[in-house]
Amino acid sequence: MSLLNSILEQLINGLRTGSIYALIAIGYTMVYGIAKMINFAHGDIIMVGAYALYVYSSILKLPLVAAIILTVVTCSVLGIITEKIAYKPLRNAPSLAVLITAIGMSFLLQNVALLIFKATPIPFASVVNVSGIRLGSLYLSGTTLVTLGVTVIAMVALTLFVNKTKAGRAMRAVSEDRGAAELMGISVNATISLTFAIGSGLAAVAGILYISQYETLMPTLGALPGIKAFVAAVLGGIGSIPGAMFGGIILGIIESLSKAYISTQLSDAIVYGVLVVVLLVKPSGLLGKLKIEKV
Amino acid sequence: MENKKKLLINVVIAIVVYAAVMILLNSGLLNRQMRSLITPICTNVMLAVSLCLIVGFLGELTLGHAGFMSLGAYTGALLSLNLPFPPYVSLFIAIIAGGCVAAVAGAIIGIPVLRLRGDYLAIVTLGFGEIIRSVINALDITGGARGLSGIERLTNYNHFTLVFVLTLIVIVVVSNLINSRHGRAICAIRDNYIAAEACGIPVSRFKIMAFIISAFLAGIAGVVYAHNIGILKPANFDYNTSIEILVMVVLGGMGSIKGSIIAAVILTALPELLRGAADYRMLIYSIVLIAMMLFRNSNFNAALIEKKNLKAMQKLQKEGK
Repeated sequence: MSLLNSILEQLINGLRTGSIYALIAIGYTMVYGIAKMINFAHGDIIMVGAYALYVYSSILKLPLVAAIILTVVTCSVLGIITEKIAYKPLRNAPSLAVLITAIGMSFLLQNVALLIFKATPIPFASVVNVSGIRLGSLYLSGTTLVTLGVTVIAMVALTLFVNKTKAGRAMRAVSEDRGAAELMGISVNATISLTFAIGSGLAAVAGILYISQYETLMPTLGALPGIKAFVAAVLGGIGSIPGAMFGGIILGIIESLSKAYISTQLSDAIVYGVLVVVLLVKPSGLLGKLKIEKV
Repeated sequence: MENKKKLLINVVIAIVVYAAVMILLNSGLLNRQMRSLITPICTNVMLAVSLCLIVGFLGELTLGHAGFMSLGAYTGALLSLNLPFPPYVSLFIAIIAGGCVAAVAGAIIGIPVLRLRGDYLAIVTLGFGEIIRSVINALDITGGARGLSGIERLTNYNHFTLVFVLTLIVIVVVSNLINSRHGRAICAIRDNYIAAEACGIPVSRFKIMAFIISAFLAGIAGVVYAHNIGILKPANFDYNTSIEILVMVVLGGMGSIKGSIIAAVILTALPELLRGAADYRMLIYSIVLIAMMLFRNSNFNAALIEKKNLKAMQKLQKEGK
């Protein structure tokens, strides 16, 4: 019974981290699907989100709901601006050039945060004020409940948006074939901006959830979840939104189980090992579509 | 004739650089901070040139070069700490062994290369780099997160000749490889691998070969690095280090060994020289990176290149008359 209990506990822990990864991974995967680039600065949007929440709620003392909405808006606008300044001029450039620019962007965001907020970690108590519940012998903390709830809502909303609305259809069309979509009268620029806005908005939500869990602000806090989420996106098949959700949650669960039962230090190695094995067996990720290359 | 001239120029440049650094070192014109920069510059040149082989010539993106470097560094450090031979003999063995261990890792990583391309390959190499780092972090023999210390400093600025020779060897190996038949095959794979395959180039073999050679050279750079700073920590080999090396290759102009060398020298020296503006140097660095990429791909740059080509053509036409 106690073993079962501890396994269940680890599964829930994994689900919690995994859903944060999934939220971030969706941003990576949407941007990849539409702009065909890896947005390395995406991890740092999480950091901006966390700091923005700190500024709005702790320094400006805004009510929580307003602070959260403002945080999401800030990150969305930041996403659009980075795209317009750094990525749009490179749309037809080799992919490596875009990747390097994204890495530069990531350094830039980190260092701006470093200049404004300094390197010392800032303690920041969780903004989640929900009491936990007890299910039998299992305890679910408030942060866990909110994280899972928000993730489910965000995913359902996103799936509906992409599949049911006109803008969502435009997004799918652009990711399928940019040129043909443009010929059909879809504004490619607007669609790409929208994608960056949604992706960055989700990253802001992930940043808020992440900071409620770890309660310390640092200019580099986005790097680790950023990379993990990137791995999750590739694991699920980059470009596929269900793949990113699935990959994120799988990754979180593997990480938490290997931390608990194998070794804390080796958990990263195990996560990446799983990734390598999956890609060797299925080179386009778990749910990705394999593109046949034509001459 | 042309080639001989080029070779002569390169030899002269190498001698001049060596003489200049030796004079500066022996005359005491350099302060301590500048002297301590000499070996890191050479290490980074080696790393950049070896990465240039994969990114610039083979055309595959890897984000795990620090992993190869760390394997070389740890192997070399452990050997020179434990071998009973005189220091320089141990160092020699350490360099060879460090390179070999890294090369084996390169071969292992080379296998997924055959199945994956582009972004997927980038993430797998990133994964491999992180696996190597966390395994080093977890092992006892490597000292874990505390690191490995007490390595004899056999490659610091007092041993500049040795470091310089090693750097030259790395550069010569890569540039000779690129100018050979094998090198042309590697470049053909970069330009169009389907066409290369159709021409009968064994793509898989050359890809693995490039990875092994690059890893071997990065391993050597790792050994030199270890014997310069004297203490190794797994945190020094995270993916930021890989990215720093990648940035050197890209800023130097991909597919240009000379560019990689110059970029490695500047990017290693610049942050130290900019210490006065310490708070802003990383900021400046990132802005330069973005601006450089935007400029390289701008219409303005394209127009400049076109103008240059036009002039060259006109010159050729005149010569024809």
